[in-house]
Amino acid sequence: MEARKWIEEPHREGLGDLADPQKFRHSLLIHNQDTNKLIIQLEKMLLIRAVEERIAELVSTREVNCPCHLSVGQEGVAVGIAQHLTPQDRAFGNHRSHSHYLAMGGNVDSLFAEVFGKKTGCSKGMGGSMHLFAGDVGFHGSVPIVAGTIPLAVGAALSAKLSGSDAVGVAFFGDGACEEGIVHESLNFASVMKLPMIFVVENNLYSSHMDIHLRQPNDSTARFAKAHHMDYRVIDGNDVIAVDEAASELIRRARAGDGPGFLEAVTYRWLGHVGGSADIDVGIRRSVSELANWKERDPIRRLFKALENNQVYSASMLQAYQDHLDNLIQSAVKKAKEDPWPDPESLYENVYYSRAIG
Amino acid sequence: MKRTINYSQGIWEAFDYVLANYPETFILGQGVWSPWYVGSSMTDLDKKYGKERVIDSPVSEGVCTGIGVGASLFGHRPIIIHPRMDFMILAMDSIVNQAAKWSYMLGGQANPCVTIRSIINRGGEQGAQHSQALHSWFAHIPGLRVVMPYSPKDARDLLIASVLSNDPVLYIDDRWLYEQEEEVGDVEELDLSKQGPRVILEGKDITIVGASYSCLLGLEAAKQLQKEGFSCEVIDLRVINPLDISPVIKSVRKTKRVLALDGGWKNCGLAGEVIASIVENIEPTSFLSKPARLTIPDVPAPTSLELEKKYYPSVEEVCHLIRRCIQ
Repeated sequence: MEARKWIEEPHREGLGDLADPQKFRHSLLIHNQDTNKLIIQLEKMLLIRAVEERIAELVSTREVNCPCHLSVGQEGVAVGIAQHLTPQDRAFGNHRSHSHYLAMGGNVDSLFAEVFGKKTGCSKGMGGSMHLFAGDVGFHGSVPIVAGTIPLAVGAALSAKLSGSDAVGVAFFGDGACEEGIVHESLNFASVMKLPMIFVVENNLYSSHMDIHLRQPNDSTARFAKAHHMDYRVIDGNDVIAVDEAASELIRRARAGDGPGFLEAVTYRWLGHVGGSADIDVGIRRSVSELANWKERDPIRRLFKALENNQVYSASMLQAYQDHLDNLIQSAVKKAKEDPWPDPESLYENVYYSRAIG
Repeated sequence: MKRTINYSQGIWEAFDYVLANYPETFILGQGVWSPWYVGSSMTDLDKKYGKERVIDSPVSEGVCTGIGVGASLFGHRPIIIHPRMDFMILAMDSIVNQAAKWSYMLGGQANPCVTIRSIINRGGEQGAQHSQALHSWFAHIPGLRVVMPYSPKDARDLLIASVLSNDPVLYIDDRWLYEQEEEVGDVEELDLSKQGPRVILEGKDITIVGASYSCLLGLEAAKQLQKEGFSCEVIDLRVINPLDISPVIKSVRKTKRVLALDGGWKNCGLAGEVIASIVENIEPTSFLSKPARLTIPDVPAPTSLELEKKYYPSVEEVCHLIRRCIQ
């Protein structure tokens, strides 16, 4: 059998320019935007990046040992969506969810404690990087079975609908998850039941080492939304304003009872599938130059440049904020290292919520 | 007030009870609007409680089960229906990776209190993909409570207890028990975490252990053997995960003989688990005969009627094995 090849001809109905890192490098257009809101978004993206870069270091020095899947380069998606969510909403993540947790307001100290496996972690030291929880801010859990939480988010949306709440269910997943059948069951169910549900695909063009062209006949996953008669948007995920606008519309419709929405945000991860290395030697396109090109499409730099050009944020403000983040992270890491391990008895606790016999 | 109900009525009454008394319950699954109403165990519940709460579903076992898990994290007590256990295999991720693990891996901060009802529906020449009894698979999974009622009272009260449990519960009923009758009193709201095996017939020569339909086989055999002067004790396991084996050990210490009966396969199955738990707790010298088990043979279910007769253990086979143990 002939090995699968990347079909050179561009897909007519695929992502086109959105997947081309030579495109969409411009600083963002921010006229008519609320600049205070944009500064908050910039600082949230900076927080996520700084935290994840620190985790990458801790992984490389083997101070952190659980598998850590980092979203450096993808921060715009989580931040653009999270600002439309409230603590009553029900968001669910996946193996790569530090960004969702932080964008929704999850505690930084608890995240570091969790990746260190400490009792004070956001999952009490029982989850590590891949099982995060911050229910108080509306982040209801992430797990590493690729499409595992999508049906749970649909259930959260059904629960909201049955109780007459205006909360929405949100599932964050990747292009790889779309290759699992449960996604189609989930899209079909949400559509036929008209649920207040938002499907967010962070399409970073890779699943682990596998290029999307080796896995799917078309690089745009929004075709699945179309097949299920669902309202969808395909946008540049490294443009936080584009994410913001698309999310705003889809979430507003879902809250109003007009049914589910599907948001495909095209992005790119600067680091490899897991851990802190760039993994440039995997896949068929992932090369030094491709990565360098995508770094030109940095969601943070593009927003910062725009704010700087409009004289609402400066290099010195950026530096001051980064210094603040350094202190915050240094303190979180120090605390996490000193924090206690889970009690030995916790090995046997919480298997059942109600105490079991024996 | 005492009255006689059968097993499927017990199931129906449990649904009726939780839907009437607990507004946070809803039902989702295939066949709940069908004219057959899941073996008549769910007749007209949709008409009585509305199609918004008794929801027939697309052919999507996986997502429906995951929806139950997800909705249960936000104040609902969903009951997911799989009219035939074989199809529930398509929902393994939601059951094994999600429902059973969520509490543990998030440090007890979330507890999916979903009830998943599935049915063992054997016989009638249905064959390999319509007849399986896979309870042992699920009993292997920490975090999942697995309930297998034998009596009509348990069919009712353990289903209610499953729905009211704060843990994920797999409730498995058996179509071969639907016509069994029992005199019952009013509904009892039981704490599922406190339910375990129960002696349903006292005896002194041998302990017969089983769950669900196997209890019926054990009881029928005991009745027959009584005429021959043998006294059998029968234990209904009721909840097979987590399994409290202590009442079984207590009984075997007394009878010094044991037969484990199971409607599943032998290898790595419930009957083997029961025997292992007994022999590691009782001195080998105190047994009067080798511990025995009877299961279906380790082959898929056949279709042809004559092969089916041979496939499923009969009361006569159970009697034969017990005679061999005792004599």
